[in-house]
Amino acid sequence: MVGDVGLAEDMAQDALVAAMETWPTSGVPDNPGAWLMATAKNRAIDRLRREKTYERKREEVARDTGALFAMERSDFEAAADDEIGDDLLALIFTCCHPLLSREARVALTLRLLGGLTTTEIASAFLVGESTVAQRLVRAKKTLREAKVPFEVPRGAELDERLPSVLEVIYLVFNEGYTASAGEDWVRTDLCEEALRLGRILAELAPREPEVHGLVALMEIQASRLGARRGPDGEPVLLLDQDRGRWDPLLIVRGRRALERAEELPAPLGPYCLQAAIAACHARAIQPEETDWVRIAALYETLAQLSPSPIVELNRAVALSMAFGPEAGLALLEEIEDDPALAKYHLLPSVRGDLLEKLGRREEAASEYKRAAGMTGNERERELLKRRAEGVG
Amino acid sequence: MRFMMFMYPEIEEKDWEPTPEGVAAMGRYNEELRKAGLLLTLDGLRPPSDGGTVRFAADGGTTVSDGPFSEAKEVVGGYWLIQARSKEEALEWASRCPARGCAIEVRRVAEMEEFSQEVQDAYEGP
Repeated sequence: MVGDVGLAEDMAQDALVAAMETWPTSGVPDNPGAWLMATAKNRAIDRLRREKTYERKREEVARDTGALFAMERSDFEAAADDEIGDDLLALIFTCCHPLLSREARVALTLRLLGGLTTTEIASAFLVGESTVAQRLVRAKKTLREAKVPFEVPRGAELDERLPSVLEVIYLVFNEGYTASAGEDWVRTDLCEEALRLGRILAELAPREPEVHGLVALMEIQASRLGARRGPDGEPVLLLDQDRGRWDPLLIVRGRRALERAEELPAPLGPYCLQAAIAACHARAIQPEETDWVRIAALYETLAQLSPSPIVELNRAVALSMAFGPEAGLALLEEIEDDPALAKYHLLPSVRGDLLEKLGRREEAASEYKRAAGMTGNERERELLKRRAEGVG
Repeated sequence: MRFMMFMYPEIEEKDWEPTPEGVAAMGRYNEELRKAGLLLTLDGLRPPSDGGTVRFAADGGTTVSDGPFSEAKEVVGGYWLIQARSKEEALEWASRCPARGCAIEVRRVAEMEEFSQEVQDAYEGP
């Protein structure tokens, strides 16, 4: 590990460590990212001019660490840019440190990397401002007390810690995309913030396929933002959406990000697979053109990689679309006793749908009713009740 | 929110071809935009003489003319589409462009949700 030689710390130290030590007393600058860029860049250039051996050191690090952050450019400016890049990357990893709770990671990331104010974070997540402030104070204290170093983890540690970073970014995105709480069903600003963080990360860690996978997934999902709400604010499901309202630019960007991931010599991870599924939908100009066989296969790979009853449920839907309702029902039977799905309304809801397609109306109606009793969403409950009456 | 940044180079057509130094500086700027997670897409445009203009009269009649235009200083030379948090941030990034003797107009992109429901319903496809 680089931390042992002290080199990584050396390089990240100046602006950043100073920043974390002084921020708690003098307050976080209004725009930490820009502030960091400005101060760190000047210092880095000065120091690089003093240290002629920098390049050689950097190459040693690159060799020792699998060349993940190997530098190719040799001029000082470029070296400084990359150093800032490493600083930012270190900041991302520190904000998303596994020592911190999920909420703290999200708050810290939005505050220090997104530059959002405590008020903005509080209103985005519909919690009190003091709650957010406390989370931030506690998180910084935890990091200080544990003497968490400012560095980009390397090798095996990087593999261990990257998922936590991706999770935080995707949590922010999903909070905006599905807005679990509050009046607005979609909060675009949070989606944009997550996309921005993801795009930054993709430039900083271009050799990590899952980073591109996450960006691809978010770009393609964001392309549907304008089509996911009906006139009265009700959710419009994927297959019912007006595909003309999908944003073609974001779809192209998503596909390109997925290609970048696929070009890297590594098997596709969960984010890449989900992005590939999203890309299948994006490719279909009409819902009927959807390649359900491929989607079912992608879900199967995803289920092997990260087994989850929710993934199986989605696979059941894909199987039923590809090979008929019976194929889907057969898989549902396998997972229906999973305790994780005991309170998940989509299980009876999907089963009701498949039974209805098979003409088993009474069974379908009772499944819809069961689902209606389980959902916490008023609009969804109405919809399910209507479906129950429709087939009953 | 999204912003379109239009570059008005304010040069004669004969000077349209950029210099290697200019291109290098612009490349670094574009890279900064990308690294900051702002850049969605960008393009530089060929001079007006490689394109043309379709004019629509009040009665619906059209006339097509080749470039170049008479007011050559008011043509777009290229554009960036960026995602920024505010107009201020977009203007701040526009002012960092390594440009001389030109103007960059920053415009916010209209999003469909901003229109009335009636207008949204009337709209079909992009």
